[in-house]
Amino acid sequence: MKLRVNGKEVTPHDPDQSLLEFLRDDLGLTGTKYGCGEGQCGACTVLVQGSALRSCITPLSAVADREITTIEGLETDGKLHPVQQAFLDAGAMQCGYCTAGMILSCVSLLARHPHPDEAEARRALNGNICRCGTYPRILQALRSLSTGGRHA
Amino acid sequence: MPERERYELLEKPSYHFETERRDVLKLFAGGGLLVLIPHSAAAQESGRARGAWRGEPLPDDVEAWLHIGPDGRVTAFTGKVEVGQNSRTALTQAVAEELRVAAGQVEMVMGDTARTPFDMGTFGSRTTPTMAPRMRAAGVAARQALLELAAQKWGVKPETLEAADGCVRDPKSGRSASYGELTHGQAITRTIGKEQISRPRGESVAKINARDIVTGAHRYPSDITRPGMLHGKVLRPPAWDADLASVDLSAAPETGGATIVHDGKFVGAAAPSARAAARALARVKANWSTPAGPSNSEVFDYFKHNPTGPAEDAVRAGDVASAWGQAAHTVEGRYTVAYIAHVPLEPRAAVAEWTRDGLTVWTGTQRPFGVREELAEAFGLDIKKVHVLMPDCGSGYGGKHTGECAIEAARLAKATNRPVKVVWSREEEFRFAYLRPAGLIEVRGATAGSGKLLAWEFHNYNSGPSGLATPYDIPHQLIAFHPTRSPLRQGSYRGLAATANHFVRESHIDDLAAASGSGPLEFRLANLKEPRVRAVLEAATGRFGWGREKSGAGRGFGLACGMEKGSFVANCVEIEIEEASQRVRVRRVSTAFECGAIVNPDHLKNQVEGAVLMGIGGALFEAIEFEGSRITNPALSRYRVPRFSDLPELATVLVNRRDLDSAGAGETPIVTIAPAIRNAILAATGKALRSLPLAPSGPAGANKSA
Repeated sequence: MKLRVNGKEVTPHDPDQSLLEFLRDDLGLTGTKYGCGEGQCGACTVLVQGSALRSCITPLSAVADREITTIEGLETDGKLHPVQQAFLDAGAMQCGYCTAGMILSCVSLLARHPHPDEAEARRALNGNICRCGTYPRILQALRSLSTGGRHA
Repeated sequence: MPERERYELLEKPSYHFETERRDVLKLFAGGGLLVLIPHSAAAQESGRARGAWRGEPLPDDVEAWLHIGPDGRVTAFTGKVEVGQNSRTALTQAVAEELRVAAGQVEMVMGDTARTPFDMGTFGSRTTPTMAPRMRAAGVAARQALLELAAQKWGVKPETLEAADGCVRDPKSGRSASYGELTHGQAITRTIGKEQISRPRGESVAKINARDIVTGAHRYPSDITRPGMLHGKVLRPPAWDADLASVDLSAAPETGGATIVHDGKFVGAAAPSARAAARALARVKANWSTPAGPSNSEVFDYFKHNPTGPAEDAVRAGDVASAWGQAAHTVEGRYTVAYIAHVPLEPRAAVAEWTRDGLTVWTGTQRPFGVREELAEAFGLDIKKVHVLMPDCGSGYGGKHTGECAIEAARLAKATNRPVKVVWSREEEFRFAYLRPAGLIEVRGATAGSGKLLAWEFHNYNSGPSGLATPYDIPHQLIAFHPTRSPLRQGSYRGLAATANHFVRESHIDDLAAASGSGPLEFRLANLKEPRVRAVLEAATGRFGWGREKSGAGRGFGLACGMEKGSFVANCVEIEIEEASQRVRVRRVSTAFECGAIVNPDHLKNQVEGAVLMGIGGALFEAIEFEGSRITNPALSRYRVPRFSDLPELATVLVNRRDLDSAGAGETPIVTIAPAIRNAILAATGKALRSLPLAPSGPAGANKSA
């Protein structure tokens, strides 16, 4: 089987692995984090065909021939993705361990709803835990994007 | 002066390995190296031991703390670590401000036992009050040395020169030299004396390495890899204190490149992948004997009947015994607080590598020097042969003081002669890390006819002595902490027992206010003697609009205030009880916080609001469930932590006391949110809840112990 990760075609040698293990241990893409192993915390979130997915509970076989984007694949030509920039501007992190998953969940949400209201944003992100409690800043980052930065 | 440990609780890791020469090595054709050890070490298992805390004097030469490179870049060294509290940024600001360079000019080396001065650990909110002044003093001494170097060079007096923007200037002649030109990268040989340091400027410098975090480039401990590295897993008992009665390795696979190590109570495997290591362990047959113990519903009586020593930290004032007779109103209460877990989003992780020179370990810990000692002890090494590095890790909250994961990785690395990484699973983190202690607290308070507090008797069993002293003016007091046995492994948690003690004190103050016919705010203002608590209480109630609306059915307002570790906090809370589900929802929280002169207002606000959110979990729904020493809800699907849906509307007032030294801020903002919520539930329902968590499934089912 084959899949594409951040625009490059890759061939796993062990299709029984989880997507998370493959990304971290075989490809060295450690920006995707392990948090719980049961899809409860969102630290392992990646984009599959542009939609957020929990890589810790996703077997590699489920993403054959798909396009995967990890946090390392968001930056283009040294320029941060607008969501990455919004997290920086809002100071939306403490330890930062949840940040990659949060950013990718926000990218996924904005692709579906470019202007989510607060309730939609909370619903969409409720599967991502920030144990440091930086939730207000993450919503602030999202708000700055959905309003074109007017209320940032 | 070494720092003095006053508060922290610690359970040391319990591995006791045999000496190396007793290893029996067996090589299988499949590639696996099997290390067999006669099972005798378990007999030496000493059980739970309170950790011995070792101090070392801090070096007083500038070069131990900072170095200026030939390019003028500053490298600063501290044994403190970054676990999300933004100490890296705060300490960088301290150095940059005194040296008069931009924050971006300073690289802060943290928690590296080979490069940084000894430090007991990052806990107790000590980084800001003790480490920042130390870094500032080194900065001032270095600045003075640079002025003298330039003065010598130019044949002028140092006091006629100025240091700014990484250069020394002579305003008379207009000459200027960069720091790099002055030192040429040579060491600054100067002793730090009693330097006149400045108060922080109070600027919101952005998190130093934030860009590496949003790009995924930052390597957390669990992200570290080494050439030829294997992954390790450890065979876990059903409970943390179970003993390995017998083990049979005969069914363990000879394929998959897994190495199984059995040493005393330790059974682990190292393999090319964590899954392969786990598969190898799944074939090991082990019998464990688990001591019997109380369940979570029985543990509070257990505490009462299992003391481990006499009462500690007693406050005695006046004559409590005779005061009750003069009381106008007396209220008694029995309160309980559950064990809760830190749930750092990054579980414990370590990579260990043995070289000819000794042992190097990268691990997520709040005590790299403590872990160095634990490793040296576990492997019989000279401490100089052990090097521990702590990359900025995925949070701690007081939960990463111990080095068990580092020891496990090192044991497997020693057996395989390869670097080994061990990352605990979430389940392991729940079951084998330590917890915030549960506690039973019995309290009796009385007021005089004047509405003033008269007497206060307070007994805390097990949860700890932090935050026992009251900010109220009470003539007769008896306050005691009773150390007891604990069926679960317990240790530090953000704020320690100040959370439990504030919960009980501030809940009971509301009950006394009600008994004496006074309002929660009026009663506190009439009895508070600490002006800094009064100031935050007034700031929080002002911001909240306290008293503008009355509590009613399904909706309540509550407040609480307190102080701990030199900082001061008050919360006002609005809660709502959903009609159908009876779920308690925190709608609105106003917080006022004061910790002296503010170092970084933006990071302080982030820290305060994060603590409030974390506190909502412990207040409303977090609780470890257990039968004996076996934890029965070790998963995020069975242990709820605060999520976006729990986020209330937050209003935060930072009271800046530029006239006072800065105190730490990572812990204290968590201590009063629980009683504020509890008092709001009381206002809404008339129910005086006396257990944390308050409402795991709504207020009706919550009050088990009252």
